[in-house]
Amino acid sequence: MPARTDITSILILGSGPIRIGQACEFDYSGSQACRVLREYGYRVILINSNPATIMTDPEWADATYLEPLDAETAAQVIAKERPDALLAGLGGQTALNLAFELAEAGILEQFEVELIGADLSAIRKAEDRQVFRALMIENGLDVLQGLVVRDVSDLPGGLVPAVVRPAFTLGGSGGGLARTEEELTQLVARGLMASPIGEVLVEESVEGWSEFELEVMCDAAGNYIVVCSIENIEPVGVHTGDSWTVAPQQTLSDPEYQRMRDVAFACVRAVGLANGGANVQFAYKPDTADLRIIEMNPRASRSSALASKATGYPIAKISALLAVGHTLAELPNDITGKTTAAFEPAIDYVAVKAPRFDFSKFGIEEPTLGTQMQSVGEALGLGRTFPEAFLKAWTGIESADQRPEFKGANDYFVSEIASIAAAEHDLIATGDVTAAKRFGLRDQRIAALLGSTELEIRERRQLPGALAVDSCAAEFEAETPYYYLSHEAGDPPPARSEKPRILILGSGANRIGQGIEFDYSCVHAVRAFTEMGYEVIMLNSNPSTVSTDYDTSHRLYLEPVTLESVLDVFEIEEPVGVVVTLGGQTPLNLVASLSSAGIPLIGDPGWSIDTSEDRERFAELLKSAGLLAPNWATAATPEEVMRAAGDIGYPVMVRPDYVLGGAGMRIIRSPEDVRGTGSVLVDQFIENAIEVDIEILSDGVNGWVAGILEHVEPAGVHSGDSACVMPGPSITEPREDAIRRLADVIAGQLKVRGLLNLQLAIKGEEIFVLEANPRASRTVPFLSKATGLPLVAWACQLMMGANLSAIGHPDKAVPTQSWAKEAIFPSDRFATGGDRGPEMRSTGEVMAGGLTAQAAYTRALRMAGVSRDRGTIGPSLQELSRARVLQGSP
Amino acid sequence: MQHISINIHLVLEDGSVFPGTSVGARGTVAAEVAFTTTMAGYQEAVTDPSYRGQALVFSYPLIGNYGISEAAAQSSTAQTRAVVMRQSRPEWSRWLDSQGVVALSDVDTRSLVRHIRSVGAMRCAAGEGDVSELLDLALAEPHIDYGRAVAEPELTMPPLALEVAVERPYQVGSGPTVVVVDLGCKRSVVRSIANAGMKAHVVPGTYDAGRILELAPSAVLIGNGPGDPAQLVDQVETIQRLLGNVPLFGICLGHQLIALAVGMKTFKLPFGHRGSNHPVHETKSGRVLVTSQNHGFAVQPAGGVSVTHVSLNDSTVEGIKGDGFNSVQFHPEAAPGPTDGIGFFEEMGKACRRVPTSQAS
Repeated sequence: MPARTDITSILILGSGPIRIGQACEFDYSGSQACRVLREYGYRVILINSNPATIMTDPEWADATYLEPLDAETAAQVIAKERPDALLAGLGGQTALNLAFELAEAGILEQFEVELIGADLSAIRKAEDRQVFRALMIENGLDVLQGLVVRDVSDLPGGLVPAVVRPAFTLGGSGGGLARTEEELTQLVARGLMASPIGEVLVEESVEGWSEFELEVMCDAAGNYIVVCSIENIEPVGVHTGDSWTVAPQQTLSDPEYQRMRDVAFACVRAVGLANGGANVQFAYKPDTADLRIIEMNPRASRSSALASKATGYPIAKISALLAVGHTLAELPNDITGKTTAAFEPAIDYVAVKAPRFDFSKFGIEEPTLGTQMQSVGEALGLGRTFPEAFLKAWTGIESADQRPEFKGANDYFVSEIASIAAAEHDLIATGDVTAAKRFGLRDQRIAALLGSTELEIRERRQLPGALAVDSCAAEFEAETPYYYLSHEAGDPPPARSEKPRILILGSGANRIGQGIEFDYSCVHAVRAFTEMGYEVIMLNSNPSTVSTDYDTSHRLYLEPVTLESVLDVFEIEEPVGVVVTLGGQTPLNLVASLSSAGIPLIGDPGWSIDTSEDRERFAELLKSAGLLAPNWATAATPEEVMRAAGDIGYPVMVRPDYVLGGAGMRIIRSPEDVRGTGSVLVDQFIENAIEVDIEILSDGVNGWVAGILEHVEPAGVHSGDSACVMPGPSITEPREDAIRRLADVIAGQLKVRGLLNLQLAIKGEEIFVLEANPRASRTVPFLSKATGLPLVAWACQLMMGANLSAIGHPDKAVPTQSWAKEAIFPSDRFATGGDRGPEMRSTGEVMAGGLTAQAAYTRALRMAGVSRDRGTIGPSLQELSRARVLQGSP
Repeated sequence: MQHISINIHLVLEDGSVFPGTSVGARGTVAAEVAFTTTMAGYQEAVTDPSYRGQALVFSYPLIGNYGISEAAAQSSTAQTRAVVMRQSRPEWSRWLDSQGVVALSDVDTRSLVRHIRSVGAMRCAAGEGDVSELLDLALAEPHIDYGRAVAEPELTMPPLALEVAVERPYQVGSGPTVVVVDLGCKRSVVRSIANAGMKAHVVPGTYDAGRILELAPSAVLIGNGPGDPAQLVDQVETIQRLLGNVPLFGICLGHQLIALAVGMKTFKLPFGHRGSNHPVHETKSGRVLVTSQNHGFAVQPAGGVSVTHVSLNDSTVEGIKGDGFNSVQFHPEAAPGPTDGIGFFEEMGKACRRVPTSQAS
């Protein structure tokens, strides 16, 4: 196929740590690009500071740099690797801004690097709001009326209500809606600080208008297509990342939609995007037919990931191929295998995206949504009716306490949502489970309404069908491995191989404490089980992940990670077992119910999970093994807390039972600090101890330590929020030996098969066991990268019954150099966002290498934007692993 | 609110049965079953005369979301005999009822589409009553495919196109005259001609060449319509007489008739092209147009006639051009669907301006 042969190597920029507004969707888009460009024979160089990503695994690129995403560093990588081209459109706003900076600074010209995909002129036209506005007006396209402001004193009166948008920021950071002159002054001042170029746009407010987004693709031959239309249920005023959204759009008539499509193309054409993907956001007032372009992004985005998963059209992959000179009509639609990429998907279901919020983590009791994004994750629901898709998305975000209000939503959505309550009434009146299922009610809700159990409801209903996401509404026979479930006749099942099957449960919507790291483990497990001769089926509802890429597993089910969906997929696919230990707490919460439903769990983790989570049993286990643990007690009232703390001795740590990410945890130093009610655990708090994270591989009898991470912060800061270094300067040889012995004992006692994470506090000679998590932990990707060892693959072998002696691990896991990780906090969004404490608040992390732990940590601080310390790039991951091979170590 | 739900059935001629709930007019109809993948534009589709005689299945499950409007109508009435849906909104259901259209909701339309796709276009019957009676009714329905109808003479019917053609001529717009030969032409075709600066003079499909040329047209458009082009022998003859006397344009059925007139052949597609997302390769520009399509028959390529447009889905002919004619299989007027092909009407305008109107008289 003709593609550009004048380019042989391409630099791809990642998006860095997970932040609100820029999350794992860019791992999905970046890894697609890396893979397909390498398949087409290009040498791929990658810079990304986020260790939790799949794309930074050494096998995804030819040279991978875990380095800061800034111009100085990128220039060093360019000077060393001399790429022919730079592809920035798949790494979010971070990558686009960096590419812009490199071009402006003359670095690309100096090293003869061509910006492919969106070029400098297109980036400037789309990103500079003033230029964009002028361009749209020049082309006769309606944009929001607005005024560019560089100083608060430039503000004329009479602008409110108005929206303040700082230039060159992501996720609406630093912006907002001003209803009074006073608010406007404040917001402009804040926006000027947030904008890297000190510029904000004050725009007419279209609050309350309907909001739409079109995902556009274009190629060098001048072809334009819309992959997907997305409609926000919440009108303009709520950031699109915080809105519930629906694809395809539901409320526009065909002429209204075609008008929007024509305007979107005109907009992309005016910006001059040569090829690739872009999204165009619109505000529309149906009663007056007023249409405004809100903005256009010449790159892959959160919504393009959503559009890809909602339609089956791989936007990032196709964008990467367009960037190297292909045209849409040349590229195959690999879902149908027959048609080409030059088409607009027709879908025969509805996709609803629900945002996940973690306000309680930041002490926000009455959250208000606005133009600044606050959600930390999302879940997608696919269904044949709106309620079916809506309820799947709702289930997928697992936050039943946060009832969305849908203020100002279109009557269509209001009536569809109201129909759910009507269907529930019908169910109570008639007891017709079949009708309820076809409508889209979930088993658990039906059981609650009928005073029954989920498993009883299951008995009373048919198995749903598996319906293919085929991009063509069944018009053509599809070869897609991508399905959702609905209570209709399913598509004919694909020809099964003779291989046994394994079902892996993903981690659902991202949230604080459960993010992309778990997707990393799941995706690695897919590969590991495939290599072991299994067919691997993935179940997950997070549209932004690599695990929900239909190319990742043999078959993908986009379904909420719930008992209902797992049992349904289990019955349809008949796997030999289900993996619950790699997707974080969400699949782990299903262990008891899956076990009682007789579902075989790979690695048989039920007993070790119960034992490690049951404080009494775990304390007993440690005691009998002669190991230390903090003293503890349970308490139900403040008086009991005070009594327990008196017995244990202050300070104590107080937390609700069974929590994820330290929700509600506090350190209490005196009786005066005691407050609150509810059942809590009171733990001895070991002050000024060194805290360490241990990752262990276990075969049920013995445990092998794959890594010891020393926290930079003392014990008391949540492990997910702590900076860590490896090897740890405090981990002396005697301490390391003691840890290894302890790990071996606990692994054997807990009978863990696979991964086991321990958290320890070291004070002098004493080592206290804080907790044991018999599952993949947040640190697995960091550790895999630091050691270059296939930890998840080995864990999968152990889960399937292999002994430690059979997996070929080295005697000691030695890191390739010193490594550090630093947590990234949403302090730009929430007042308490940057506080380090027992409750986890960070959204992501960065990883840096160096010759010493100190050097690595310093570099990590720079990546986190905390320090401006100068430094130079280290070796690529591939160079480190080559060096290791040359040294003869495993 | 419709609280009394009446269970009805769609029965295909191969005996397969699809149950649903009646949301439209009561009664029983026989038709040819066809599906469209368009996601919006339900009213445009149902009022499109090209769907005359058909039971139209929407693959998109939620139909009627944004209500109904007079502007969307492509003719004065609903044209489909039945409409088959997964879910229908109340206002839309009421409209279908008022139009006398038998309508089924709650149908597993994905299975139905899959079935049509694999078995091919079929006759069907829909409505109340016994499934076996519906099957008999389906089998008694004339074939839309003229070739098959000839083989079963009792199942021959008059051309559907003549059923839907206008009875009296009318004019829309101003500028050079384009005579639109109406065989079930959509309103948006007429509107697009007017929007492109021409006067559309719409005449019944039964007009012969002499009557058409009497109107001194700058161009003649043979419009879209339902049925098998092979059945419209008189119209093919008319086109042959027009060729060389006036620039000829064709859309959909009109394109097929022009093809027959220049000696090409048409054939029935396995299950047709119906939807708003059909990619078409424009050979001259190399561009891909995403087009609106609605046709059950297609033109076979033949030597001597240049093919201007090709379907990227199945490589069938989507446009031809020759001395004095230019026609497309897809719908450049959209409604419903994308307007990527709107340039067709601009070409028509150019042709009109090139040819002095006096030439024809």
